Amino acid sequence: MLSPADLDTLLLTFKVASIATLLMLVLGTPLAWWLTRTHSAWKGIINAVVALPLVLPPTVLGFYLLVLMGPAGAIGKFTTWLGVGTLPFTFPGLVIASVLYSLPFVVQPLQASFSAIGEQPLEAAATLRASPLDTFFSVVVPLAKPGFLTASILGFAHTVGEFGVVLMVGGNIPDKTRVVSVQIYNHVEALEYNEAHWLAGVLLLFSFSVLLVLYTALKSHPVAHPLK
Amino acid sequence: MTTIQARFQLDYGDFKLDVDLKLPGTGITVLFGHSGSGKTTLLRCIAGLQRAPQGKLEINGNIWQDSERNLFLPTHKRPLGYVFQEANLFPHLTVRDNLHYGLKRIKQNPGAVELEQTLELLGIGHLMERMPERLSGGERQRVAIARALALNPEILLMDEPLASLDFKRKQEILPFLSRLHQQLDIPVLYVTHSQQEVAQLADTLVILEGGQALASGPLSETQSRLDVPLAQDREAATVWQATVIEHEADYHLTRVAFVGGSLSLPMVDAQVGTPLRVQIYARDVSIALEAPTATSILNVLPATITGIADGRDSQTVVQLRLPRMAAETAPGSPRHFLHPWRSEVSQSVGNRCDQVGDQALLAHITRKSALLLGLQIGMAVYVQIKGTSILN
Repeated sequence: MLSPADLDTLLLTFKVASIATLLMLVLGTPLAWWLTRTHSAWKGIINAVVALPLVLPPTVLGFYLLVLMGPAGAIGKFTTWLGVGTLPFTFPGLVIASVLYSLPFVVQPLQASFSAIGEQPLEAAATLRASPLDTFFSVVVPLAKPGFLTASILGFAHTVGEFGVVLMVGGNIPDKTRVVSVQIYNHVEALEYNEAHWLAGVLLLFSFSVLLVLYTALKSHPVAHPLK
Repeated sequence: MTTIQARFQLDYGDFKLDVDLKLPGTGITVLFGHSGSGKTTLLRCIAGLQRAPQGKLEINGNIWQDSERNLFLPTHKRPLGYVFQEANLFPHLTVRDNLHYGLKRIKQNPGAVELEQTLELLGIGHLMERMPERLSGGERQRVAIARALALNPEILLMDEPLASLDFKRKQEILPFLSRLHQQLDIPVLYVTHSQQEVAQLADTLVILEGGQALASGPLSETQSRLDVPLAQDREAATVWQATVIEHEADYHLTRVAFVGGSLSLPMVDAQVGTPLRVQIYARDVSIALEAPTATSILNVLPATITGIADGRDSQTVVQLRLPRMAAETAPGSPRHFLHPWRSEVSQSVGNRCDQVGDQALLAHITRKSALLLGLQIGMAVYVQIKGTSILN
């Protein structure tokens, strides 16, 4: 059975993942739109930076974040100057690390669905008096719904499953930074295989359900294919 | 009266657009040319979908672009309607919501009546709740036209609206466009590479080639220009605007009047006063030096030779003018018949017509006949018209 401590880690995990996903959508949507539309020379560099977490070992990302957010790091000095202290081993620190770690899982599906929309609906909207911002919300967002769905679910699920980055910047503090993946590790370390099974099972079921919902929704989505 | 002035220069390396056009503020102006001639680019520049680095565009006295003053009105601020080659409806919206998309965004609401009229005219009232993917190609294009018109635009731009449709669908939409033509007060710029659409729809014709305007002016004048390849074409023809003046039921004939006189046509099912477009192929026109007294051909008209050029193979192309006959002016649609803007159309390209208001005609005859008759520019002759076709 799940112990109260296990339930706490589950709750914390979902809290981190929800907040991180929301932040990723807010940051990732304009970023993905810009990357889709721009002809800037920066495009390649920004694309590569966003995609880095896909190939980097999470511990490497976590290590750099730990250093940067620590008292001697640039971010750490800034947050200290702001009066909020340093971010490692805190809940906000965990969220920020999660955002950076999972961002490509949000940006890339968005980028793919934005570029699938193509130029035509945007031009049609312009000839129908819609400003670019208006067009974005009235045409791009509804047409990119499958992209937003994929982005949210992948971003959320990927954050739930992170381990290396959490260990580096979040540590293992009950109720503050101890998430499910870390808790499973703790159980295994303590040879509590039964407890580990329960938590692992919950995560497995969760991930499977999420993907099942995603693929079913995408298949039946009326505008999964861009323009007719 | 000239209300569209468009000057654009752009250079994509392998393609250059360089036009300076003055176009009338009413009727359908067809931008005609082969692919790569720049006709779509020109239309997109007018819409602001593409920005020519050098350009000046004035519509109805309003400046939409002036590169010298670094002025460029973005597309969504231009009071235009645009119909794309692919209907380009929003796939996530029903027909109704597609139609209302633009309506919601204009300040002065033209009211439900006009939209109702448009829907009726285009025959799409019963499709309102459908999603675009459940429409046929022809229906989609009609919805797209209605969507553009619903905005009550100052100018309607149409980019090959029929090109992506098969023959049957084209025939389904053309009558709608002809009706639109009769009921619209705004200028329409219509891009096409189809001579059939030119003949059926154009009041003014602009011929584009290699990014330049070869000719521009009223339809039959531009069609009969000898310095434009169109006149040599096997299908070369001129289209006259005419009006039904009487029916001769006994002979199953209909008489129509045009600026140069009258013609007898096979019976047309149309009321007296109805405007018609009559197409006369150059190959159906023959020339006589004297008024033929005994001939089976009904339509014999006096004309003056205004130009002679070599045609294909054994052919000579003769350009003729039929003088305006004020007495024959028939009742009916004055807008169609008299071309109120015709005398105002200035030709910025090529030679200017001297006898503005006369009816132009092309004849393809053999070079041998031309030599034997001694045809020369300025000669008064008679044209015999063997056949005509009604376009609407």
